[in-house]
Amino acid sequence: MRIAVAVACLALASCASMEPPKPWEKGNLARPDMQFDYDRLDTRTQQHIYTSKEAATGGYGVGGGGCGCN
Amino acid sequence: MHNANVMKLLPTAAFVAAAVLLPVAPASATEVGDAAPMFTLPAARGDPVALDKLRGKVVYVDFWASWCGPCRRSFPWMNEMQQKYGGKGFTVVGVNVDKKRGDADRFLAQNPANFTVVFDEAGATPSAYAVKGMPSSYLVDGKGNVVYVERGFLDEHKAEIEQRIAALVGKS
Repeated sequence: MRIAVAVACLALASCASMEPPKPWEKGNLARPDMQFDYDRLDTRTQQHIYTSKEAATGGYGVGGGGCGCN
Repeated sequence: MHNANVMKLLPTAAFVAAAVLLPVAPASATEVGDAAPMFTLPAARGDPVALDKLRGKVVYVDFWASWCGPCRRSFPWMNEMQQKYGGKGFTVVGVNVDKKRGDADRFLAQNPANFTVVFDEAGATPSAYAVKGMPSSYLVDGKGNVVYVERGFLDEHKAEIEQRIAALVGKS
């Protein structure tokens, strides 16, 4: 049991040695389809619905009020 | 029974311990005044290019990738520098770090390079330089020492880098 705990601790600790990709390894992250706002129309629609539901405008440069009508 | 399970776990434990205890030592970044780490890499055309064979020349080592926006902007300028100072003991070496050679070739078809282009798919060279951002460029003098580091290609640095190149080729 004690060894199992030790193994678990080591396994968890090994996560700490994981590293984010290096600057020259970011080819996949730089792809357009990896962006949060890949599809501008989709982003706009999402924000429109979001602002309607939340009854507040977000700071995303997309117009919208609480009524969901604009 | 219990012991057998523990024994089964031992190799895993050893592996995990090794992963934890032997992290790869981070290479320290190449800065001004350091000797430029050497490399020998396959070129787009002809024989592999070795940095130490270029000793005596002023070399602008530029790390670029097809997915990097500022790299695209830097190509016309590097072509210009190569054209202006190429005959005076200066050379640009563009180190491509794309994982797929095809991506680099497509980029080069759109952005022709009249300087030496080499390919490092494995990323050993940017690792040796501990490149901090893309693009990163290192101006190396005739003795093989780094005299200037440009991180991210900024338009307002073009004139300064050119002055440095001109001064270095004037010296040798």
